[in-house]
Amino acid sequence: MQASSYARDVAVTPATKLDAQKLRADFAVFEELFNGKPVAYLDSASSTQKPRQVLDAMREFYEHSYANVHRGVYTLAERATAGYEGAREKVRAYINAPSNREVIFTRSATEAINLIAYSWGLDNLGPGDVVVITELEHHANFVPWQFVAKKTGAEFAHIPIDDYGELQLDALDEIAKRGNVKVVANNLVSNTLGTINPVEKLAAWAHEQGAIMVVDAAQAAPHRHIDVQALGCDFLAFSSHKLCGPSGVGALWGKRELLEEMQPFNLGGEMIRSVALERTSWNELPYKFEAGTPAIAEAYGFGVALDYVSEIGLEAIEAHEHELVVQAMDALLEIPGVRVFGPPADRRTGIVSFELENVHPHDVAQILNWEGVAVRAGHHCTQPLMTRLGVAATTRASFYLYTVPEDIDRLIAGLHKVKDTFGA
Amino acid sequence: MSEMEQMYREVILDHYKSPRGHGLIENADAQAEGQNPLCGDEVTISVKFAADGETIESIGFEGRGCAISQAATSMLTELVVGRKASEVAVLPKEELLEEIGIPLTPIRLKCAILGLGVLKVALHKAKGTPLPQEWQGMGDDLSFA
Repeated sequence: MQASSYARDVAVTPATKLDAQKLRADFAVFEELFNGKPVAYLDSASSTQKPRQVLDAMREFYEHSYANVHRGVYTLAERATAGYEGAREKVRAYINAPSNREVIFTRSATEAINLIAYSWGLDNLGPGDVVVITELEHHANFVPWQFVAKKTGAEFAHIPIDDYGELQLDALDEIAKRGNVKVVANNLVSNTLGTINPVEKLAAWAHEQGAIMVVDAAQAAPHRHIDVQALGCDFLAFSSHKLCGPSGVGALWGKRELLEEMQPFNLGGEMIRSVALERTSWNELPYKFEAGTPAIAEAYGFGVALDYVSEIGLEAIEAHEHELVVQAMDALLEIPGVRVFGPPADRRTGIVSFELENVHPHDVAQILNWEGVAVRAGHHCTQPLMTRLGVAATTRASFYLYTVPEDIDRLIAGLHKVKDTFGA
Repeated sequence: MSEMEQMYREVILDHYKSPRGHGLIENADAQAEGQNPLCGDEVTISVKFAADGETIESIGFEGRGCAISQAATSMLTELVVGRKASEVAVLPKEELLEEIGIPLTPIRLKCAILGLGVLKVALHKAKGTPLPQEWQGMGDDLSFA
């Protein structure tokens, strides 16, 4: 449609544009050939590629600043601690948290949510209470709550979605009648559909009910500006590996009052104040929740990745991904037999899930692989959502700051090859 | 023949598009269902035994999933009719893979042997035959039903 493409052009401020082609030089993987072709990497929602800046910084850290943190008095240990704590400050700034003490390094966003479910949930939930999640949660923000609800006798309720994959908030009144709502857990962005969820509204509703609001920001933090104070949530989790950082490290932010009341999640070294045969007292925040030697260099690399992404600019990343999503959705919908799931382009981040009639997503992904196109096929750890959509699996293409329009052209060409193979 | 043409060779696509043994058997003697969590393939298999209560007289399946999983299950139905439950329970996967006859990566291998695993579970439930190792000790049910 001519009118809408014109409107799109004027909506994007040229100053916020990023040059994906130029950024690709930071990623060695794009120089390599797979099946004779460079990779069209369309699986960034699963995990992103890593720029040299992050890898070089981690190597430098290991070579010149590495020791265990918070212990030694020697120079190396001081450097290591400074690097690790510096990363904590970068995480704090990235999500506009009020205090460093509220930022806990975890192994992943998944572990961060498990920490809340176990440490807060087991002590604060019981019969008559209601735990509320949504139909489009990732299993990471679904299964821990289902488990803890079952263990404590609390009810487990879900907010349904409409046919566009948007939350049906008019269901909230009915849910409130089922008992004392104690937890509302939702992803800020759906990993399968890219839907941007109304977390501020949910947080306000949660607080009216006397509940805590838990936000899974794993799919949001790499792509959009996050401000935990503006969101009004109580906990927020995200990970490093989805925003150009190393895997093995994630972050949990929580309100100090809540974190202080909670029991530790893991027990051992670092998280204690004093230990005697009779009793042990916990260390102060955030160390109470960081038992054991953490992923030191990874946390440091996480901080460098936050710098890398911030320097490019989240507004520029968002605008870039929006252009790609529009291109992909327009092109996909021109292929007969393709069904695209989820909301319109302006209501989602750089994620497009679709199905090709009569061909299973696994077969789609296999044939695309031979064309050098990397997509995800499966249920994307969102089986309840798959059930709602009436499919067993979808094919998902997801974009990031290094994705170029040619990647999407290759996806589309590959899909025509799939159709030829299957006669679909 | 390219790797792609080999994997999606005619016989695979034929079994996928016109599966043999399709549809569940009413009043089946053995039945089980299973999923491949990696890609969401699903297969339900039902079996009817002959008068000896041991020989597989007929077998039917329903499922949805990728071409490899569904074609392999279709081929499996042809492979096991007329054979004894005790024999099928220990049928090596290689016999099925030979039938499929294409190179498979470890992930696609799971698609290919899903139906065989489900059939062995069905036989286990009905006859107490040994369960394949990968189906033992499945996690506790978290359902809220």
